[in-house]
Amino acid sequence: MNFDFSEDQKMLKEQVSKFLSDNCSLDVARDILESDKTYSEEVWRGLVDLGLTGTAIPEEYGGLGLGALELCVVAEELGRAAAPVPFSSSVYLGTEAIVKYGTDSQKEKWLPKLAVGELISTFALPETNSEPTEKNIKTTFSNGKINGRKIPVADGSCSDIAIVVVKNTDNDHIALTIVDLTSENVKRNQISTLDPSRDHAEIIFENSDAELMDTGDEGWGAIENILNSAAVLMAFEQIGGAEASLNMAKDYALDRYAFGRQIGSYQAIKHKLADMYVKIELARSNSYYGAMMLNDGGADLKIAAAASRVAATDAYNFAAQESIQTHGGIGFTWEADTQFFYRRSQVLGLALGSSITWKNKLVNQLEEKNIS
Amino acid sequence: MDFNDTKEEADFREEVKTWLKENASKGEKVGGRYDAIDVQEDALSRARDWQAKKAEAGYAAITWPEEFGGLGGTAIQSVIYSQEEAKYNVPTGFFEIGLGMCIPTMMAWATKEQNERFVKPALYGEEVWCQLFSEPSAGSDVAGVRTKAEKDGDDWIINGQKVWTSGAHFSDFGIIVVRTDPNVAKHKGLSFFFLDMKSEGIEVKPIRQLSGGANFNEVFFTDVRVPDSQRLGDVGQGWKVALTTLMNERLAIGVPKSADYSSLTRAAKEVDLNDQPAIKNDLVRSKIADWYIQAEGLKYTKMRTLTALSKGETPGPESSIGKIVSAPKMQDLASFAMDLQGAAGIINDSEIALLHSIFQSQWLSAAGYRIAGGTDEILRNIVAERVLGLPQDVRVDKAVPFNELPSGR
Repeated sequence: MNFDFSEDQKMLKEQVSKFLSDNCSLDVARDILESDKTYSEEVWRGLVDLGLTGTAIPEEYGGLGLGALELCVVAEELGRAAAPVPFSSSVYLGTEAIVKYGTDSQKEKWLPKLAVGELISTFALPETNSEPTEKNIKTTFSNGKINGRKIPVADGSCSDIAIVVVKNTDNDHIALTIVDLTSENVKRNQISTLDPSRDHAEIIFENSDAELMDTGDEGWGAIENILNSAAVLMAFEQIGGAEASLNMAKDYALDRYAFGRQIGSYQAIKHKLADMYVKIELARSNSYYGAMMLNDGGADLKIAAAASRVAATDAYNFAAQESIQTHGGIGFTWEADTQFFYRRSQVLGLALGSSITWKNKLVNQLEEKNIS
Repeated sequence: MDFNDTKEEADFREEVKTWLKENASKGEKVGGRYDAIDVQEDALSRARDWQAKKAEAGYAAITWPEEFGGLGGTAIQSVIYSQEEAKYNVPTGFFEIGLGMCIPTMMAWATKEQNERFVKPALYGEEVWCQLFSEPSAGSDVAGVRTKAEKDGDDWIINGQKVWTSGAHFSDFGIIVVRTDPNVAKHKGLSFFFLDMKSEGIEVKPIRQLSGGANFNEVFFTDVRVPDSQRLGDVGQGWKVALTTLMNERLAIGVPKSADYSSLTRAAKEVDLNDQPAIKNDLVRSKIADWYIQAEGLKYTKMRTLTALSKGETPGPESSIGKIVSAPKMQDLASFAMDLQGAAGIINDSEIALLHSIFQSQWLSAAGYRIAGGTDEILRNIVAERVLGLPQDVRVDKAVPFNELPSGR
C-alpha cells in the first residue's frame, strides 16, 4: 500500500511552499486586487525560475518531464498562497492541451517557450451565461481563421496565446485551435469578476489566425479530457486554499475572546471548524485517487476527476465562507485577508464548470460503470 | 502511488489466505448481531471454536507481543488478516470488546499473575469480557459515573447501575469504572476494577432498542463484592485507567457496511419520479454524487491510513473523520431513499418494500450509530481539540466536589 506522494514530491512541495511564503504573502494578492496589474510578475518569474512551468512538459521540449503528481503538489501550495499568477490557465490547461493535442510542429513551436515562461497560455471555452456544451459552441473555425467571442477567459488579458474551443465549420466537429492573442484581429477587454486578484477577459475573434490542433476524431471528448486533467490539479489548488481558510479561522478562534473566553472554546465554533476539516480531508482523499488516475492514465480518471472536483469545490466554498463567519465583522472588511479565499473559492469552483455539471458527469460515469 | 502490497505484505497475505482456506468455513454467517433477548448459545459456541483456532495459529491478536499469545506482528498485518478473513463467513461479534478494549487495559494495568490467568482464556474465546462504563446519567460525560464502590475490609462493595453494556448477558468478566470518593472533583474520585460477571448481586437485563433489536444490556449492581486485588491502578486513578480503554474504543468503533450510493443508484433506477426513472432527476443525481464523494473519500482516507501503517508510521489525524461522516450518511441517505418512494417509503415489510426494506431498517438503526461510541457532537469536539488544537469548553465541574455538582434527571 503506497497511497501517498513520494519523498521527492514532498520535497518539491516544501520547496514551493518556502518560495511562496517568502515571496507571495497575501499582500502580493492585495497588490493585484487593488491595482490594474493582471498578475504578479515577480512571483511568476520565481515559479519559472524553479522550473515549475515546465514540470510536466517532456524533456525534448525543454521541460522537466515529470508527471502529474508533481503538478498536484505545486497546485496545492499555489492554492494555499492564493497566488495571483496565471499558473492554472497556462500550465494545467494551455500547456496540457498542447502536450495532449498539439501537432509535433506545434509542440516544437510552443512548448519550449511555455516551459521557460517566455509565453503564457490559457484555455478559452465558455461563451455565454450557459454552461458550454458540444451543442452551444458558436465560435467557428474555417480556413485557418476563427470568429466568435469567449467570456470569461481566465488570465485572458495577460496570456500570449489561447487554446480556443471552436466548431470547425468544414466538418461541424468541435475542435481545438491555438491563437496568438497579441495579433491584430483579436480584441481583448479585461472584465470585472468576483476575484480581481486574478485576471479575466472577454476575447473577441474577428477573422483571427488560428492553428488547428490534432484532436483526431475525439471532438468534444478532447475538451472533456482536458477538463478532467485540469479538474484534478485544480482540486489540489482548492484544497490548499481551503486549508489556508481553515488555518486562518483557527488562529482567529484562538486569539479572539468573547464573553470572557476564546471563541474557539465554544462548540458552535469548534464544530464548524471540525466540519471544515472533515470536508477538506474528504476532498484530499478523493483527489489523491484523482492524482493516481491522472498519473497512471487509469480507466477511472473520469469518475475520479469528477469526484475530486466536486469534493474540493464543496470543501473550499465551505471553508472560505465559514472562515469569514468565524472572524465576525472584521472578516467582512476590505483590510481582512479572508476575502482572498472567499473570492478565489468561487473563481476556482466555477472555472471548469459548475458543481451541478460535474455531479452530473460523476453520475454518468456511475451509470456507465453500472456500479449498482 | 499504488495500492499494492509490499513484498513482505504479499507474503503474509499468501500465508493468511492459505491458512483461511484450510480452516475457515464458507458456510452461513453466525454471530455478529447477537440479540440480548434471544441468546444464541450455539452461535457463541461456534464463535468460541473459531476463536480458539485463530488463537492457536497466532491470528487472534496479531499485534500483541508473543508473551501474551500474540504474533508480535504489525498493524498492517492485522489489517491484511481482517481483509482476508472478511471474505469468509466466520463468526464475529463476541470477542471484539474483550480483546479490543478490556484485555489491552488489563495488559497495561494488571499484575503479571493476573495477566497470566486472564489473557490466554480471553484470547482463545474461553472467557468473554464486557466493558461497564456508561450509566443512565453518564453517557458522553462518562466520568460522571455514580455507581459507587465502598471499602469493606479487603473488599469493595459495588452498588449502582450500568447501561449500554454489549454482551453482558454472555460475559464471564467485566471491567468497570466506579466512584470511590464523591467528595473530590469528578475525575479524581474514580477507581477501576475487573470483576466476575457471575458475582452475586449482578443482574443483567436487555434493552430493547428503537430499531426493535436488543444488542445491549442494563447491568444492576446490588452489594456486589469485589476483592481489592482486582483494582487496576490506584484508588482515585480510575479515570487514567479508563482512558487506556477509551483510546482503544476510538480505534474499534465504526459503522457496519450499509446501503450506500450504489444501492441508492439502484433504487433510483427502479422507482419513477414524474413518470420517468428517478435517476434522470438532477436533484437525485446531485444527492448521489454527494454521498459518492463521502463514501469514496472515506475509502481513500482509509488507504492513506493503511499507507502510514504499511510504512510503520503513525497514521495522521485524518483517520478520525470516519464515523462523523458515515453515521449521518447512513441516516440521510436512507431517509432520502425513502423519500424517493413517496407514500410507500413507510413500508418496512421486506417482502413488499423496495430492495427488501434496506433503507427502512437502515434508517431505524442509523439513529443509534450517530450516538454509539461517541456522538456526532463529541467526535467533532475531539477533532476540534485534538486535531485542530482548540481549547476545551469551559468546565464548571472541574474544581467542584462531585457530590456538589448540579444534576438533572
